[in-house]
Amino acid sequence: MFFRLLSDVQWRTVRPRWRSKSSSQHTTTSVADPQPISLPAQAQVVICGGGIIGTSVAYHLSKLGWKDIVLLEQGRLAAGSTRFCAGIVSTVRHLSIELKMADYSNKLYQQLEQETGIKTGYVKTGSISLAQTQDRLISLKRIASRLSVMGIPCQIMAPKQVAHLHPLINIHDLVGAMYVPDDAVVSSADVSLALASAASRKGVQIHERTSISHVMVQKGCVTGVETDRGPIECQYFVNCAGQWAYELGLSNEEPVSIPLHACEHFYLLTRPLKKPLESNTPTIADPDGRIYIRSWQGGILSGGFEKNPKPIFTEGRNQLEIQNLHEDWDHFEPLLSSLLRRMPGLEALEIMQLVNCPESFTPDMRCIMGESPTVQGYFVLAGMNSAGVSFGGGAGKYLAEWLVNGRPAENVWPLDLKRFGALQSSRTFLRHRVMEVMPLIYDLKVPRWDFQTGRQLRTSPLYDRLDAQGARWMEKHGFERPKYFVPPGKDLLALDQSKTFYKPDWFDIVGSEVKCCKEAVCVIDMSSFTKFEISSTGDQALEVLQYLFSNDLDVPVGHIVHTGMLNETGGYENDCSIARLNKRSFFMISPTDQQVHCWAWLKKHMPNDSNLLLEDVTWKYTALNLIGPRAVDVLSELSYAPMTPEHFPSLFCKEMSVGYANGIRVMSMTHTGEPGFMLYIPIEYALHVYNELMSVGQKYGIRNTGYYALRSLRIEKFFAFWGQDLDTFTTPLECGREFRVKLDKGMDFIGRDALMQQKQDGVCKRFTMFILEDHDTDLDLWPWWGEPIYRNGRYVGKTTSSAYSYTLERHVCLGFVQNFDEETGEALVVTPDFINRGEYEIDIAGQRFQAKAKLYPFSSLFTQRRRKDEMELSGYHGK
Amino acid sequence: MLAASCCERRMCVCPGPRRIAIPVRSSRLPVFSDAMPAPTQLFPLIRNCEIGRIYSTVCHCHHKHLCCLSPHLAHSHLRCASQKKLATLCSPKENFNQFIHARSYVSTPQRFYLTPPQVNSILKANEYSFKVPEFDGKNVSSVLGFDSNQLPANAPIEDRRSAATCLQTRGMLLGVFDGHAGCACAQAVSERLFYYIAVSLLPHETLLEIENAVESGRALLPILQWHKHPNDYFSKEASKLYFNSLRTYWQELIDLNTGETTDVKEALINAFKRLDNDISLEAQVGDPNSFLNYLVLRVAFSGATACVAHVDGFDLHVANTGDSRAMLGVQEEDGSWSAVALSSDHNAQNESEIERVKLEHPKSEEKSVVKQDRLLGLLMPFRAFGDVKFKWSIELQKRVVESGPDQLNDNEYTKFIPPNYHTPPYLTAEPEVVHHRLRPQDKFLVLATDGLWETMHRQDVVRIVGEYLTGVHHQQPIAVGGYKVTLGQMHGLLTERRARISSVFEDQNAATHLIRHAVGNNEFGTVDHERLSKMLSLPEELARMYRDDITIIVVQFNSHVVGACQNEEF
Repeated sequence: MFFRLLSDVQWRTVRPRWRSKSSSQHTTTSVADPQPISLPAQAQVVICGGGIIGTSVAYHLSKLGWKDIVLLEQGRLAAGSTRFCAGIVSTVRHLSIELKMADYSNKLYQQLEQETGIKTGYVKTGSISLAQTQDRLISLKRIASRLSVMGIPCQIMAPKQVAHLHPLINIHDLVGAMYVPDDAVVSSADVSLALASAASRKGVQIHERTSISHVMVQKGCVTGVETDRGPIECQYFVNCAGQWAYELGLSNEEPVSIPLHACEHFYLLTRPLKKPLESNTPTIADPDGRIYIRSWQGGILSGGFEKNPKPIFTEGRNQLEIQNLHEDWDHFEPLLSSLLRRMPGLEALEIMQLVNCPESFTPDMRCIMGESPTVQGYFVLAGMNSAGVSFGGGAGKYLAEWLVNGRPAENVWPLDLKRFGALQSSRTFLRHRVMEVMPLIYDLKVPRWDFQTGRQLRTSPLYDRLDAQGARWMEKHGFERPKYFVPPGKDLLALDQSKTFYKPDWFDIVGSEVKCCKEAVCVIDMSSFTKFEISSTGDQALEVLQYLFSNDLDVPVGHIVHTGMLNETGGYENDCSIARLNKRSFFMISPTDQQVHCWAWLKKHMPNDSNLLLEDVTWKYTALNLIGPRAVDVLSELSYAPMTPEHFPSLFCKEMSVGYANGIRVMSMTHTGEPGFMLYIPIEYALHVYNELMSVGQKYGIRNTGYYALRSLRIEKFFAFWGQDLDTFTTPLECGREFRVKLDKGMDFIGRDALMQQKQDGVCKRFTMFILEDHDTDLDLWPWWGEPIYRNGRYVGKTTSSAYSYTLERHVCLGFVQNFDEETGEALVVTPDFINRGEYEIDIAGQRFQAKAKLYPFSSLFTQRRRKDEMELSGYHGK
Repeated sequence: MLAASCCERRMCVCPGPRRIAIPVRSSRLPVFSDAMPAPTQLFPLIRNCEIGRIYSTVCHCHHKHLCCLSPHLAHSHLRCASQKKLATLCSPKENFNQFIHARSYVSTPQRFYLTPPQVNSILKANEYSFKVPEFDGKNVSSVLGFDSNQLPANAPIEDRRSAATCLQTRGMLLGVFDGHAGCACAQAVSERLFYYIAVSLLPHETLLEIENAVESGRALLPILQWHKHPNDYFSKEASKLYFNSLRTYWQELIDLNTGETTDVKEALINAFKRLDNDISLEAQVGDPNSFLNYLVLRVAFSGATACVAHVDGFDLHVANTGDSRAMLGVQEEDGSWSAVALSSDHNAQNESEIERVKLEHPKSEEKSVVKQDRLLGLLMPFRAFGDVKFKWSIELQKRVVESGPDQLNDNEYTKFIPPNYHTPPYLTAEPEVVHHRLRPQDKFLVLATDGLWETMHRQDVVRIVGEYLTGVHHQQPIAVGGYKVTLGQMHGLLTERRARISSVFEDQNAATHLIRHAVGNNEFGTVDHERLSKMLSLPEELARMYRDDITIIVVQFNSHVVGACQNEEF
């Protein structure tokens, strides 16, 4: 028996084209429905999935002018998670891209009823997020400061004010709250139908009860889909299959890994209160109590994200449409207790139903969007982590732009499918990880949070050695990396207690590691970095690389070049270091999470030439970074070769022997700006080389160090990192790296035209370093990233990363400064003069701290030796 | 007299061997019953922890410079008793002062308790569960499975248990065996009895098939599938001997072929009697292997009771010899539990048994045959396996003991002849067999040795098991479905369910749960951890004074199958 839960819609009253023949079919679960319209033989785009996401993609594609679109739904429209969705549209999000998507969705739904004539149940209720602890309030304040610079009204309020806004709420255990008056509720199924109806009017063909068995792929490109009603040829395929997306992705001959997993999600529906609750009563989110509450037909709807979620459908196929699953009251008990604590007056309210609706979750709590790295034309939008309604509109818009324009209008890297690879595809991994992710939705999000499940997948051969020496680990793209080393005898707080927005307990440990990097020598295992080798029989490799990369790679053998891999608009697709091993082969080092993205980009742009070889050698080398002034001494003692700058200049690469091991690639570079060497060691020598370094290094004071020290070093040196500071919308000119671009060499490369144009027009944002002036490290909240930057009291941009500089004894934030026209809001050119002539403040959770802006690092303060890249820098600065 | 009266208590504190009192010398027979009064006096001490605490405090402050008091509770109590005298020798004032002084810094005397995990590891060491395998997602057997466990008090434990599925006939066999005067007889019976029963139940053709297989050296049809805990062992050395005796039995059965279908009741009685007979014969004949020779004699001179259940479809037979018990758990329509005994105890508390024993012997022995509630004033169970002292003629006993190995000769017990021993045999292994046809309300069967029944009333046993089984296995998911339920009511219901689950959660095994209650129950009928901890931390030599070996099997019936077939039949 189907019954529509949240909607009293209108299968009959609304009669869009796709349902012209029979409207009665939907009230029965008939086995053989007469199919009114036969499938077209071909289409430009086939969208799989008729939930809120699929219909939103169809809607936005049709709005952008694409007509030849077919949407296929295996059951009926909006009959999956969309049907059971609680329908809360909230902009209270931690990631700025998520915030933008939710904001757009809200605005879209608001006018949708007017646009389509279909009732969507949109009510602007506002939402109140409650804080039971001071830490939670800080977290809300951080969101509030981001919302307000976006122009979304919001207010931090005292518990008493909450009582005025909501009649039932118990405020005794609250310390504060955040009110967002523009948040809304909708009937998600109706929104989905409205979007479908609008798309259909623009020519999108919608077919229900049609399931796709697999996507046809030829030579790495989508050619069509095979359905139970025949094949459709198509150029693009969009997988919006929600919980079914994982299996659909694997059904192709060339599988597409879409890492998501469903969990059961419970919410409660009640009968109306004696005095029915107003439909515009604000929605309550009580993350400390793990519940949300909205008004629903005079009663309430309340669900939550429990600590012990129940993953479901691990082994296999879900139902076509989500039927009512088992109502597990015992499982719901903690959430019910929490609800009655928040609203004690509800004791006498009669239960209508406990709804169990599975939702899909992803390994990092962010949705999955974008083109498959392996199959061209295969797009994905799924894994909404139970925020499908909030994100649906915005995400659909970005994906439609991606198809039509080749890229979305915003930086969506945090959501890009290519941040994952096949390594996140294990069912066991997903099952374990989503059990951690689902509670995390309401957990306190503190800086430097690491997932605890699905760990120790990729490790360096030195893992056990480092672990035994007190390493604490973080994970990136499945790879374990040391954060810092706890000295013997020193005990840090338990994990839960070290969750803080203030000075963390490892402060002194990292401080001493930094000191050692500055004064002696440190070794850090950086094996997680993505490593590719490109070689050819002739000059093909050089030719290709010269076109793909912005810096001149025609350098003498043994030289290392820092270069960007730009897109057509001049933005960084990747930021890497390339060493020329010999005339015809190159060694390329990129950030860890570039493994899938960079590979896909290179494959896409490289000619199909059998003489040109691209190989992923990440797993072949262990990378050790020796940082510090005594690195030279350690290395020369181990190799009996002079390592001084005269013999081994900076940014140079040589194969040499270290200890007994031969064939170690030694590079005179670090990723922090300190003097030192990177050692790329074939893995079987890793332990030997490490042991030799440690024993020889002992007299030079060598010690292990981790990524936190590295981070502090690189940020105080004003080094930008791709993925944190740089993204596909940042050009080299905007971050002061024009010297790394071969603009004046008359060579063509991707993004050249855009950069030439920008050079002529000037940049509209500029990468800037801020030193916090009146910030007390011990007592004040620490900056993290995403904090608004104010110039002369006006919002000019956001920080992208921050760290405490042990050298400056100050916090350093990196970020982009823009210049918005006071009247029009248009982005104007940002000149160094504009930067220098401003008074700056950084807003950390509502509190503003004075900051000094700098465009160049304090190079003289740090270095004992002038190195090649800084010569370059100063040369550029002189201009 | 003391010992006799204390044995009637639920908690037996009778020192030394309980079933058979071993006299120190044969000339001073009646002395044994008054033996070792000291522990009996200690008993109230240990029961009353308040007194114990005060004593230990006093002792502590007085003698801490003299001896480091062991924190071990039982030991400290023993010392307290002797040191109490010391304490009273001191002048009262000094004593008082020191007492006050001690209190100022020794706020609570150090006490030794087992932690809950330690308690659990002791209780769970011997637990075993068997679930009848399902076919195609369904269990069509009338038995769902069983839980069993045992807790030793003797070192080594004298109880045994067995469980097996009959492979050539239908049905399942479960039994508990309580040994006395050593564990040899109980061990032998636990290994052998089910084979005798299974063979008795086999049809003529199968017996022939098996005999032919043995004759021609082919592989035997498996008769039993055992469900054994790793601690339940079988003797390897004696297997050949046991097998030969068993084979002789089935050869006789083949020769006797009556052509009638085997009656289970008769089969059980025959098997019991035959095995006891074989045990007796093997001891008389002896064995050239000196180890085996000693073994068969130990088996014959020790004794064991047996309580065996045979479940086949709806037919439940219980064969009992001795004072172990089979108790059926019946759930009434209102959900309450009642206990139905499926066996009667063969001891002095059973009038008809006394009557039987007296009738089997001349009028002249009427007074001596049951004395002090014991057979011939010695043995508590009135039926048992082994115990040839109560079965053989005096001449036979003397002959066997004299020709037997030296170890046997050195043993006072084997040499001693019971008093007033005129018309043997006084003891039989013949069981009483009760047949019961399973009904849907029959939920489980508890088989247990008297160690359990001494400490708990059968009604409590059935209630605790019943609540445990329904709590864990039948906690139906709640569905609102059409009823008017408020949030508050639902919340109350859920909180109560949660509390119930957490209290039984620590045991996955019904037998373990029952032992926990048997050993740890306080006067309110709830498990008291302090008490449980004390009882389990008793040293080996003391444990037997406060409790007996406990062995429990809880068989759960499949009321779906039972119910469905009842409907078909009526």
